[in-house]
Amino acid sequence: MAEAVTAPGTLRTVLSDARLVAAKDLRLELRSRVGISQVLPFALLVVLLFAFALDPDRRVLGAATPGLYWMVVLFSSVLAVGRSFGVEAEDGVLDGLRLSGLSPAGIYLGKVGALLVELLVLDLVLALAVVVFYGTDISGPVLLAAVVGTATVGIAAAGGAYGGLTARMRGRDTLLPLLLLPLLAPVLIGGTRGVEVALGRDAGPGWPWVGLLGIFALVYLTLGTLMFRPLLEDA
Amino acid sequence: MTTSASATGTTSGAGTPAPTSTASTATRVLGAATLVGIALLVVFGVFVSPPDKELGETIRILYMHVPTVSVAYLAFIVTAVGSAMYLWKRTEFWDLLAASSAEIGVVFFGLTILNGMLWGKITWGVFWRWEPRLTTTAVLFLTYIGYLAVRAVPASPRTRATRCAVVGLLAVVNIPIVHKAVDWWRGLHQERTIFGTLKPEIQGTQAFAAYLGLGVFLLLFAWLLIHRFRVAFLAERAAESGLEGAIAERRQEAGQ
Amino acid sequence: MAPVVHLQQAVALIGRFPALAGVDLDVDAGEVVLLRGPNGAGKTTLLRACAGLVPVVSGTATVLGCDLVADRGAVRRRVGLLGHATHLDDDLSVTENVDFWSQAAGATRADGRAALERLEVATRLYDLPVRALSAGQRRRVSLAAVLARRPELWLLDEPHAGLDAAGRDVVDGLMAEAASVGATVLFASHELDRAEAVARRTVVIAGGAVQDDEVGEGHDG
Repeated sequence: MAEAVTAPGTLRTVLSDARLVAAKDLRLELRSRVGISQVLPFALLVVLLFAFALDPDRRVLGAATPGLYWMVVLFSSVLAVGRSFGVEAEDGVLDGLRLSGLSPAGIYLGKVGALLVELLVLDLVLALAVVVFYGTDISGPVLLAAVVGTATVGIAAAGGAYGGLTARMRGRDTLLPLLLLPLLAPVLIGGTRGVEVALGRDAGPGWPWVGLLGIFALVYLTLGTLMFRPLLEDA
Repeated sequence: MTTSASATGTTSGAGTPAPTSTASTATRVLGAATLVGIALLVVFGVFVSPPDKELGETIRILYMHVPTVSVAYLAFIVTAVGSAMYLWKRTEFWDLLAASSAEIGVVFFGLTILNGMLWGKITWGVFWRWEPRLTTTAVLFLTYIGYLAVRAVPASPRTRATRCAVVGLLAVVNIPIVHKAVDWWRGLHQERTIFGTLKPEIQGTQAFAAYLGLGVFLLLFAWLLIHRFRVAFLAERAAESGLEGAIAERRQEAGQ
Repeated sequence: MAPVVHLQQAVALIGRFPALAGVDLDVDAGEVVLLRGPNGAGKTTLLRACAGLVPVVSGTATVLGCDLVADRGAVRRRVGLLGHATHLDDDLSVTENVDFWSQAAGATRADGRAALERLEVATRLYDLPVRALSAGQRRRVSLAAVLARRPELWLLDEPHAGLDAAGRDVVDGLMAEAASVGATVLFASHELDRAEAVARRTVVIAGGAVQDDEVGEGHDG
């Protein structure tokens, strides 16, 4: 009942709102299968195209693998973020969310949570594809998982903020990558270097990169949580 | 409207009849001082100060490069402060200040990249190298191009202001992260950089030109910012004066 | 008691266009008010402004005690808006949609189920994805989601549109019922005969302002 609604913003409501939104988004994604039938094939396609662009026999492809991996993740992320909020723009669902009484922070964290799950699945499938098609050996699985995990949290956090920002804007499909990709430059750098270390390509220390990626993720999760209220109310 | 006008009134004299220019006595003095400063900088930077022992004539580019990049960062900090204050106070003043400053910051970043490339062509023989500071500048330049793109999307003033404020804040926290990431990324390739060259203790007219450049470009920034702000403020008033007509016109529809 | 909706010279913009050009309107608790007027008169904007979705940029606007000019976020959780859009996710089932919006508003699944029954949505539709539903059925589901929230102020934009005769009766009953328990209803409709039977008061909107405000002569209750 309406009277039972607790004050918005308390940690408990934020978390339960987040769970509600994340569950809805993931269920929607499973139902529509757009992620599985379109975003994932697109990502695999790019893996293939890179092989055409960079001759696999001249070692260019092998040397460039970590960077290519993250380029594919970034571009696929733009699609996933656009979709996560594009779904809401359909048939006024975004207005529904604004009227719902859900805490903005909860909506943001829920969206980021669902995005994170989707992107982690994408990460995993892409990693398998890279191992198979590019013949990559993984020498430091723990570091690799840490790099990929923290980088993906950062992508989801920044993506959630900019996805919410552009959801109702004219030209959002082109604006989103313009805003998101420069912001994610540190993630691309950190992710690439971190993976290079994890694959044994680079002798340097890998964990500082995880630290940098972690800071990025934390900063944007915090900002996104704070900024989502004005975004939902006014943008 | 009334609230926003009073919020901005301190800087633009909103109580007085519509101004026909963005200049005032203060800005004329400021503008004149800036012009004199630029002339002095050209004299000292290009003619009076000697070429550097190591860098030769290229040191002269630094007298402009260092100021443009410093002012650009200052501009983005002003944008961030304006953005935060907008989200807190919700007054037009902070929104317009943030937006005006961001525009100038982008221009100065563009200049920085340009004179950085010129320096590179002379020093390295190529326009571009993935030198950390230049790379960082390029990334941040594109970040703030995004801010201007958001600004350009038509929306009601409050919606546009909120969007821009969020971008202004998300972008500014990325500055130190990009710096750190790019530094580590290029860590193994330490090479002579355009900034690194300023470290040797320069003295005499060289030092004077360097500090003069900084001062002059700060003046230029202040002068541009005030004018850009006033233009933005007048643009808002123009849009609003259209509003009164539009309201009257809208109510006419009922008479039919 | 303070009115539920209190607008004075309220101006609301869509972009830079003054969709509302100075609306004066007071609505008390328990009233059912019909908004009528030609297309483009500002009815939808008025409803969306009352829901806190469209900003009121000047004038006075208080809804359920919340000042919309200063902070239009607070009122949102307390109103129920049925717009032209249905706020439904196409790929989720009827119950999943209604469950989500009920739970979001702090209501239970049981409230959602009861609302679906009240809207006479056939149980065989419950597990179908919303995309398989007809326009009228979608509208019923959407109304059920609004009902489950137990809003204090109902804002219904052409609630009869797309519904069959039985559905329109359900909607009329729903509005009367809401008013009887102290909620307030503001709705726009072009079905004047039907609407004027439900509403005691008709407000004519034209050119983004109130042109006429009449209390219906026939007391029907």
